[in-house]
Amino acid sequence: MKSILKLFTLLLVSNFIVSCSNDDDNSIPPPVNEEEVITTMTLTFTPVGGGTVVELKTQDLDGDGPDAPVVTISGSFQSDTTYNGTVEFLNELEDPAEDITEEVAEESLEHQVFFTVTGGLGTMTYNDTDADGNPIGLDISFQTVSTGTPINGSIIVTLRHESNKNASGVSDGDITNAGGETDIEETFAPITVE
Amino acid sequence: MKHCVFIIAVFLLGFTAVGQDCQLTISGKIQDFHNGEPIVNATIYNKNTETYTTSDLEGNFVIENLCKGSYQITISHISCETKVIEIDLQKDYRNTIYLEHHVEELDAVHVEGSTITKQTVTGQETLVKKDIIDNNSAANLGDIVKHVTGVNSINTGNEIVKPVINGLHSSRVLIMNNGVRLENQEWGIEHAPNIDVNVANSISVIKGSSALAYGSDAIGGAIILEPKSVAVKDTLFGKTIAGFQTNGRGFNINSSLAKNYASGWFLNGNLGYKQNGDLKAPDYYLNNTGSKSYSGSFQSGYKSFEKGFEVYANYIDSEIGILSASHIGNTADLVAAINSPVPLISEPFSNSIESPKQDVSHLLAKASGYMRFKSFGKVSFQYDYQSNHRYEYDKRVGADRDKPAVDLKLQTHSVKGDVQVDKLGNYLINFGVSGRYQDNFANADTGVRRLIPDYTKYDLGLYGIIKSNFSDKLTGDLGFRYDLNHIDAYKYYRESRWIERGYDEDFSDIVIEDIGTQILTNPVFTYHNFAISTGLMFELNDNNTFKLNYSLSSRPPNPSELFSEGLHHSAARIELGDLRLGKETSNRVGLSYLFDNDTFSLTLDSYFNRINDFIFIKPIGTEDTNRGAFPVWEYTKTDANLIGLDTNLDYYLNKAFSFNVKASYIYGQNLDEDLPLIDMPSFRLNSSVFYSNDNWNGFNASLNYVFVAEQSRYPDYNFEAFIASTGTYELVDISTPPPAYNLFNFQADMTFDVFKKSKLTVLARIDNIFNTSYREYLNRLRYFADDTGRNITVQLQLNY
Repeated sequence: MKSILKLFTLLLVSNFIVSCSNDDDNSIPPPVNEEEVITTMTLTFTPVGGGTVVELKTQDLDGDGPDAPVVTISGSFQSDTTYNGTVEFLNELEDPAEDITEEVAEESLEHQVFFTVTGGLGTMTYNDTDADGNPIGLDISFQTVSTGTPINGSIIVTLRHESNKNASGVSDGDITNAGGETDIEETFAPITVE
Repeated sequence: MKHCVFIIAVFLLGFTAVGQDCQLTISGKIQDFHNGEPIVNATIYNKNTETYTTSDLEGNFVIENLCKGSYQITISHISCETKVIEIDLQKDYRNTIYLEHHVEELDAVHVEGSTITKQTVTGQETLVKKDIIDNNSAANLGDIVKHVTGVNSINTGNEIVKPVINGLHSSRVLIMNNGVRLENQEWGIEHAPNIDVNVANSISVIKGSSALAYGSDAIGGAIILEPKSVAVKDTLFGKTIAGFQTNGRGFNINSSLAKNYASGWFLNGNLGYKQNGDLKAPDYYLNNTGSKSYSGSFQSGYKSFEKGFEVYANYIDSEIGILSASHIGNTADLVAAINSPVPLISEPFSNSIESPKQDVSHLLAKASGYMRFKSFGKVSFQYDYQSNHRYEYDKRVGADRDKPAVDLKLQTHSVKGDVQVDKLGNYLINFGVSGRYQDNFANADTGVRRLIPDYTKYDLGLYGIIKSNFSDKLTGDLGFRYDLNHIDAYKYYRESRWIERGYDEDFSDIVIEDIGTQILTNPVFTYHNFAISTGLMFELNDNNTFKLNYSLSSRPPNPSELFSEGLHHSAARIELGDLRLGKETSNRVGLSYLFDNDTFSLTLDSYFNRINDFIFIKPIGTEDTNRGAFPVWEYTKTDANLIGLDTNLDYYLNKAFSFNVKASYIYGQNLDEDLPLIDMPSFRLNSSVFYSNDNWNGFNASLNYVFVAEQSRYPDYNFEAFIASTGTYELVDISTPPPAYNLFNFQADMTFDVFKKSKLTVLARIDNIFNTSYREYLNRLRYFADDTGRNITVQLQLNY
């Protein structure tokens, strides 16, 4: 009986020791800076043969907080012009800002940027491919339509991961069957071609 | 049979001079342990001489003309277990022997033909017995307690199953495991109870808050798991259950071994493992729904009527995959999922568990002891420690791929003291005190803002309960409880959220530091909770019993309701807690009618539960983020009515055939908005026909039919969302309940004598015989996929 009592006491004491040795200090916990949040997406379109660069940017510094993202469109596109485009993703909550574009490029098999152009503004084409030969969407071309009068439309940009890149239409940039999880999505409007 | 335990207090009152050989006597006086009254007509048997005697009107007895040597004296009394005393007789021997006479009658209501006792007198309480637990060895607690009418479950898939008692769940349902209140972050709907049902010998489900000895905040009810009670005799027995399931290609094994000694010492243990791969709906695999769980428990101690102690430890670790199609990024993904008749991810069967998944471990350790004092009662003490560690993994990218998104460790220390006074004849008084210290640690290394903040919490509880037999027919109880809860948290708020909530005006005094985009705060709250439970049980005659119970209870808001602030990926919604929430208060009246005769038994449990300041979550609008627009759900409060009726009917046609019908209906209303309450179980009917034939190796078979109605009473929280990829607004139908469904299940078992003293029970069960496709309103994954299809279980149980 005595040995059992000793065991019993040991158990009690060890419980206290175990529980007091970790996490129990009442110090103030450190803040968490969100790591993989994309706060900022910037699309830069440079006209082939020279001209004004068009920048489309969305920035949401409070993530899923109440503040809406700030969307800026630097100017209009020229009629019947080919633009070379790049897409950049940043986490500006970190200092210096973390470049998420690199992660997307490294894990290109699971990522794809989708572009939906409305209003007949032009055609977006992919210039980059992953190891399976499917598009990624960080390097693109935008061919605007030929128009005499200014026309308005929109460009919707969506980054998905864990999407099914082999599903029907996905490699052509159609998001309908892609599935997966949306990392960032913005509708840039109005976009003008003149 | 009465569960009586005898004890002898050895008080040597005196002795006489050494006599000659064979002139010695053994004498004594037998008294009631509680009030010291003599016990008349106890039988005293001397095994050596094979002679009997009985105690007289003063409780005295004498055995004369004994020689030196050792004797075995057996004392027995009506309806009590027999007790044996060994005496090494060298001189005349006299004892006062205290017998435990009637305490258990008052202590608890006995269930016929078993030693399992109920916890309350007038509460609406139902027991789930060991055979149901054994037959469902691979099941979760939430699925097992559904055998009680009026109890449902709220699910996140098949493995995360939370009990719902009369429409209430999570923090409103208290779970006790062997006397320890389970502290396992029960606030979240996707946080299932961390418990292996195989440790329980019986599970008691109490509707409403009448079990005040355990807590005052169980507005929904309590689920009390009790291990097998220790028999004070020399035994060694064990049990092994192994099962196989076709759906999910799963298996489970559980083994337990118990050793008891007549001296009162006992030792037992239990080990279990179960796993399954992807489950299957009738038309497709439910990808990433595999799970793995292992568990073990150990119990040892000493038990006698007068004193005893116990050490107990229990550990369980579960890894549970979450349906991959349910992990979505924004409202457009949710709309696509709801509108698609099949899951958007559909792959072949796999055993592997990928993200999203949970990995939760729970350690429980306790030490307890009790002593009984004659002419007074029983005093017990307990200390317990629990450590609950929860990891949740999301689909993440890059270097964070294998990093958990949630890493919470909740540690709880509790002490309690309990006194039962049973010397007062028809009154049994029970009072006690409990204290608890809790520490929640939210690891910052996840790189994801904390869902639940770091906090420490202190609780102090005081309670008193009195039970009385007014007459043979009328029993009553009255209990009160006071609880003090004090919570001290450190929480980082997003600055924009802090201002949007108006906290900068109302809570500026709790700000510690502004670190730029976030604000560090130190919310400290203290709550005082009073609870009352009282009732009467009237046994009109052998067949008819009425019970009336009233209980008042209150529950402070849990950390999730206070502090939530952020995006819930699986639901594609932003959830916001509210620092301004106060406690909710329930006034519940339960009225029961029980009828019982040889062939027919009926239980009608009706209740009216009015909850003031009932805390619930509802949508208040949408917010734009750069992932699209999300609905914002905010914890808020309303006055609510919950009114319901649970029925259970058994009919024994003859030795072979019997029938059971269970039905439950609940009406839940949000009074402030005059809307139905969300997530209320719909009407359900569960009927079974049983056949048994002892001549065929104890053959049992049952056919079970379940009908679940469509929930027609639901709040319409649907909204329209802008879908960027199509440039249109679409309805997000998150409210409409799925249609009614019918399920058929079949089970059969036989028991064979094997080896020398062992029994082997072979059981086969088919769930969802017709492979019916259905979705359940209370399953959070109903937007994404059908429930599981047909499953065939084969289970072997060896008792040895």
